[in-house]
Amino acid sequence: MNRLRAWFLAPSWIVMGGLFLAPLAVIFAYSLLTRGVYGGIARPWTAESYQRLADPIYLGILWRSVWIAALSTVLCLALGFPLALFISRSGRHKNLYLSLVMLPFWTSFLVRTYAWMFLLRDTGLINIVLEKLGVIRAPLPLLYNNGAVILGLVYGYLPFMVLPLYATLERLDRNLLEAAADLGARPWSALTRVTIPLCAPGIRAGAILVFIPCLGAYLTPDLLGGGKSVMIGNLIQNQFTTARDWPFGSAISLALMAIVMALLVGFLRRQEEGLL
Amino acid sequence: MEFVLELRAVSKHYPTHRAVDAVSFTLKRGEFFSLLGPSGCGKTTTLRLIAGFEQPTAGEILLNGADIHHLKPYERNVSTVFQNYALFPHLTVQQNVEFGLRRRAENHIEERVRQALELVQLTGKEARRPSEISGGERQRVALARSLVVAPDVLLLDEPLSALDPKLRKQVRAELKNIQRKVGITFLFVTHDQEEALSMSDRLAVMHAGELQQVGAPEELYLRPRNRFVASFLGGLNWIHGVGVRPEATRMVREPPAAEVCSRAATVTGSTFLGNCVQVEARLDDGQPVVAEVSRLDENFTPGEAVFVWWRAADELTFPE
Repeated sequence: MNRLRAWFLAPSWIVMGGLFLAPLAVIFAYSLLTRGVYGGIARPWTAESYQRLADPIYLGILWRSVWIAALSTVLCLALGFPLALFISRSGRHKNLYLSLVMLPFWTSFLVRTYAWMFLLRDTGLINIVLEKLGVIRAPLPLLYNNGAVILGLVYGYLPFMVLPLYATLERLDRNLLEAAADLGARPWSALTRVTIPLCAPGIRAGAILVFIPCLGAYLTPDLLGGGKSVMIGNLIQNQFTTARDWPFGSAISLALMAIVMALLVGFLRRQEEGLL
Repeated sequence: MEFVLELRAVSKHYPTHRAVDAVSFTLKRGEFFSLLGPSGCGKTTTLRLIAGFEQPTAGEILLNGADIHHLKPYERNVSTVFQNYALFPHLTVQQNVEFGLRRRAENHIEERVRQALELVQLTGKEARRPSEISGGERQRVALARSLVVAPDVLLLDEPLSALDPKLRKQVRAELKNIQRKVGITFLFVTHDQEEALSMSDRLAVMHAGELQQVGAPEELYLRPRNRFVASFLGGLNWIHGVGVRPEATRMVREPPAAEVCSRAATVTGSTFLGNCVQVEARLDDGQPVVAEVSRLDENFTPGEAVFVWWRAADELTFPE
């Protein structure tokens, strides 16, 4: 039995060990070395890369990443909750609506992000239509700013919020809502006193699923932020390419991981205490 | 106003079947009224129509003389004890019970909750969550939560069915006691005829969406209007066009006196029930009958030729 279990687990161990733990160890080693002249790494061993993280420029980028990710998460929740509620109550059309939510996944994320660029740029669909209608004279600055990045993130990660919310709302005992109404709770009161508190696990799961990829987002700020709205993911990419500073890039990657893990642990601990 | 609730030809028709069909009855203020019937007879749907969770396709529901068909569940002064209790799992016992009072922004909430919990003997459990108390306690929280808002009618949807049989008998008495104490009108839905007969001031028997008969327990048991009511409320022997209850059916070995009705029969088996023995027999025409005999009486063995007899006064006859 134990041997059988070992055989079944072996593929996971090989994948996790070879493709996750080993590279992580390599990155950790890199972060403690010195940058090579043409990229790559060289000796001596040093903790200098970690000290550089405290530079206000990098702290600024980190802070921007955190608030952009947080705001995107909140917006996803604000948009996703009513949507999930609607789907969970739409009877036999549920599956149709759910597949519509997942429809964007059928196209590459890159292509969809480019599509936003075509919509938002100065000569894009939105600006042209508004100009033709005489609503505006000069194009609105829709692209290459924080707003565009947040729009792209919310668009990209909304399904990750909707699906766990839907799953909890779907399981919600309808009798509880009837009981609330029966005891005099108007719809809004039933929503805030019963539905939302009981949906907390779904809200937590959705928030984690959206916040973490948003925090490390690279493609969206690169394309829609246009180098003006740099997030931590772009900074890491920059260190491994243009800046040719692999040790620093490794140090930022590990710092990002540490932040995410610290947030997750804090989150889960609060969950255990039943505070959220 | 003598009637607190009145149903006038209330129907709930679905495309494929009639869940409730032209049901009419009235509830007197303060009475314990049961709606009894087998599962799928429409009794729970009737309750849900009164609570406002479903809309009737025809008919009128009057609460204190006023039609309430346009009122939402949260606008009707009735409250429901659900079959699965539907306690809010994220709230404590105290918060569950005060839920209705807070939604209605009423006064003296603390005091009223305390009284309600005292009534159902849950004092001391205020801070527990529903998951931390027993099934019987949950049932009482559900009762307190619905009673505390002082509804015109308390609707109970098979509230005892989730309890184990021993507890159920005890809770019956408690429930009846509480109802007398608070004086609130109870509309109690059940499929258990013993429950309905023992607790109700009056009851209504439903079958296939239609109301069969309404009346006091003794009246329905002793003078059922039709064969369905007769057989649903208790055992029934069907002998040559008349019904006789098993407890009114006697069994002897010698031919009985001429002034009673009797038939020859053959014993087929018996079931020991503790306080009595149910002896099954077959009449000469093949009709099965059951007689309840005291266990002190002689033992009847299968295959034995016997006579069953009953008094004409115990016969149940139905017009149709």
